[in-house]
Amino acid sequence: MGEGQRPSPGLRKQCCLRERRTMALAEKILTGDIRSAARLMRDIDDGFRSAVDELKILYPHTGKAFIIGITGPPGAGKSTLVDQITAAYRRRGKTVGIVAIDPTSPFTGGAILGDRIRMNRHADDPGVFIRSLATRGHLGGLSRSTGDVVNVLDAMGMDVVIVETVGVGQDEIDIVSMAHTTTVVMVPGLGDDIQAIKAGILEIGDVFVVNKADRADADRTVRELATMLEMNPDRGKGWQPKVLKTEASRNRGIEELVDEFESHRVYLHDSGAIHHLLEEKNAKQFLEILRERLFSEVFSHIEVNGRFREIVAGMMTREKDPYSAVEEIVAERLRTGS
Amino acid sequence: MAERKLRVMVGKPGLDGHDRGAKIIARAFRDAGFEVIYTGLHQTPEQIVAAAIQEDVDCVGLSILSGAHNTLLPRICELFREKQADDIIIFGGGVIPDDDIPGLKAAGLKEVFTPGTSTEDIVKWVKDNVPPRA
Repeated sequence: MGEGQRPSPGLRKQCCLRERRTMALAEKILTGDIRSAARLMRDIDDGFRSAVDELKILYPHTGKAFIIGITGPPGAGKSTLVDQITAAYRRRGKTVGIVAIDPTSPFTGGAILGDRIRMNRHADDPGVFIRSLATRGHLGGLSRSTGDVVNVLDAMGMDVVIVETVGVGQDEIDIVSMAHTTTVVMVPGLGDDIQAIKAGILEIGDVFVVNKADRADADRTVRELATMLEMNPDRGKGWQPKVLKTEASRNRGIEELVDEFESHRVYLHDSGAIHHLLEEKNAKQFLEILRERLFSEVFSHIEVNGRFREIVAGMMTREKDPYSAVEEIVAERLRTGS
Repeated sequence: MAERKLRVMVGKPGLDGHDRGAKIIARAFRDAGFEVIYTGLHQTPEQIVAAAIQEDVDCVGLSILSGAHNTLLPRICELFREKQADDIIIFGGGVIPDDDIPGLKAAGLKEVFTPGTSTEDIVKWVKDNVPPRA
């Protein structure tokens, strides 16, 4: 090795510094340092490889928090509900972490994260930590980083973690495999009863909430949801979801809602259903990380060596088909990569 | 894969209820490709500082039209220093007399924008003066 190729002392120092910083973040988080937790969440969201090493250290400290998912259409009052649920859990002496997700603009990549507007009264309560995330192009109602950010809050020792999805339509159901208890928030007047028998988010709730229950047709919405639940083929077996009425902006129905969360939590443990739920959740998390890592390894390889551009150009003239190209690359990587 | 996205917070400290300006700025930042956290109205300095730290933002823009800028804005700068978070860049805007600007800058505001400033100028200033976290 020539003189010029040896790493300079400055560079070596930089590497050491980075390593020390890495160790410091996770350790500081475990001692309750808020700033480090916020920083790590940023590194996770921005896809920094160093975040993976931090998450390795935090993982053994996770698995204690009760994770509640809140999903429903835009404007249903999810953020206001999260605010009131947080206040209710604080009254019960529990610490609360919140992850609130809003959409990224597909055109500019920018986002307005406005869920905090409804909850910022909790900002300076040391027993509450709120983090806003943008979807950054991820479909399914959550951001790609949500699971890892929840893990950071869990490792920080938050008793309850509430995940608020983006305002969803019918098919954004990632929250189910993230939360212990999934709450679907509806409001009166969104559609006729045929909406309630379609597939999708109405099948995923452990708890259903009709918010803005002071509106005229609230009872009709409750009835329609209840009818839909009664027709469930699993009726009578296991957990029976209820439909609750709330007026989040007036703090009505919130204590009953939190009681229902706690009933579901007790059910999960007493029935052993928690075991099956966690198994599915862990498998999904592992597969996601595996998929992402494999893809990024393979893709960065073919991007750097020019194959990617070659293949796309070949498709243009129909000389190359994408199916054979993928087969070739996978076969090559499996042979050479360890 | 790894790429820093600029995170900006728009805060409304104090008691004035005029957030049209804050919302327009928030929208301009969104269109510039930033992630914008808006706190909503009537925030205390403590709430703004706590929120900025939890959100790990690169900078905080404070909109104030109540006339209480000489009290609230220096207090916010002081709290950031107390929390050892004074690496977060703070700037302000609103109905602020020219005579008050030097004092606010001495207190820790990096820039103060007065009525008539275009959103393009503010976005450009942020791009030029706020490096995303290393």
